[in-house]
Amino acid sequence: MERKIRVLIAKPGLDGHDRGAKVIARALRDAGMEVIYTGLRQTPEQIVSAAIQEDVDVIGLSILSGAHNHLFPRVVELLKQSGAENVLVFGGGVIPEEDIPFLKSKGIAEVFGPGTPTSKTIEFIRANLKRPLN
Amino acid sequence: MNDLIRACFSGDVRAVARLITLLENGDREAYAALYRLKDHAGRAQVIGITGPPGAGKSTLADKLIAQFRLRGLKVGVLAVDPSSPFSGGAILGDRLRMQGHATDPGVFIRSLATRGSLGGISKATHAAIRVLDAAGYDIVLVETVGVGQSEIDIVRVADLVVLVSVPGLGDDIQVIKAGIMEIGDIFVVNKADRDGADRVVREIRAMLELQAQLRRGQIPKGGPDTLAARAPEFLHHTGLAEGWEPRADNESGATGKEESITTPTPGVRPGAGTVSAALVNQEAGTISAALTIAPVLKTIAETGDGVKELADTILNHFETLSRTGELERKRLESIRYQLGQFVSNEIAHLMSLPELAAAQDELARKVFSRKMDVYSAGLALFHTIIEQGASHEHPQT
Repeated sequence: MERKIRVLIAKPGLDGHDRGAKVIARALRDAGMEVIYTGLRQTPEQIVSAAIQEDVDVIGLSILSGAHNHLFPRVVELLKQSGAENVLVFGGGVIPEEDIPFLKSKGIAEVFGPGTPTSKTIEFIRANLKRPLN
Repeated sequence: MNDLIRACFSGDVRAVARLITLLENGDREAYAALYRLKDHAGRAQVIGITGPPGAGKSTLADKLIAQFRLRGLKVGVLAVDPSSPFSGGAILGDRLRMQGHATDPGVFIRSLATRGSLGGISKATHAAIRVLDAAGYDIVLVETVGVGQSEIDIVRVADLVVLVSVPGLGDDIQVIKAGIMEIGDIFVVNKADRDGADRVVREIRAMLELQAQLRRGQIPKGGPDTLAARAPEFLHHTGLAEGWEPRADNESGATGKEESITTPTPGVRPGAGTVSAALVNQEAGTISAALTIAPVLKTIAETGDGVKELADTILNHFETLSRTGELERKRLESIRYQLGQFVSNEIAHLMSLPELAAAQDELARKVFSRKMDVYSAGLALFHTIIEQGASHEHPQT
């Protein structure tokens, strides 16, 4: 039996714009995934703790405040510290092109900017899960 | 598998989360391993929180967690939200209100999707409660999906059900309907700062009093004359009696305090109030009065008003349940139900096996070509299932 893909969509940092996060959450829901939305202004600690309790396969981080270079890698680092490195982490929001290589080097699997079709994100998740679907 | 279960029992958060996932996915080995460990169950107080969508269940749960933590209790939360019947996906958003507790090691929050279950909780909820119980959480809060009138599966798994209501949902007929209003052990009128909160409190209380009287045989069933005679009193309680007028001080009443049922409510006609008080006093004289009239509390979850009192009421009520033997009765009833569910699940599993699916297919064709009727074919299939069940090897045996 194929299990459900569980995804945590989180907004680290201090900006209050969660429209993009909600659109992604909705699209993943419609793709048959179980999406946990944790709301605005989450610390990396809160995000990782929730991801572990929810036993998710994927974390999607959305940020528009500009603090991505600090907050995204911190999430990956905390996952490693908790022994949960089999969680796929991707990012989205307003992220300058030149920051993407750095983020990828820090373990962010992919970064989806504004205008990315949701189907692309869905395909990416399905193709890159770190835990098998059975 | 046994290592995973052992890790759960030592309170390892990742193991707890992992095991719940396996149970949600219907992993038979995980179920078998969990249920075989008899000695780890029954310590946690299992509290159900149910009510319509948007009533404030999650916000109330968030504030209740804080109250239980102040009392030094570890809290596990299972928050259920609906799966899409179309895509099978879900947005699990209850956790959003409780994220303040995400990094507290004494709190474990898990979102569950209903995955096709229609009773307000998911199929794996009961097993997940057992996991949290075994992992050492003193309180397990189960928040149901937003319910309508008949999603009452929560009573099968919770020791105590808190039914959350809000002003403005309907008139007093809604509170006397069958279904959801029958399962509350504690009633909460949330958003009590809104107009009409006191009216809802009165309507619920009138419903509860009437129910207690009916149970006591004070109003003979099928006795319309007696019922008619009592109607003014009922109407009076609901605030619908002629000449009734709300008073400002009544509407601004403090939250959280259960309005004493033996004191006439302010703003009501003195005559009728006295009659009612006498009846209630008569009830208070019987031992089980504490259990027959459920508490009705007002809260404003957003600000936390009344939540301390709710937490106290929950803990006191649980104590009463265990003292009076009611807890034992409820848990026994719950186990009976679980056994029934187990058998249904086993049959469903057997029917999904290829040989049974083939038999079903063949019988369906016979019915279609009028060689057999549905009744005989159904019985034939049933007997095949029983035979298969007896010979089939699976982890539970």
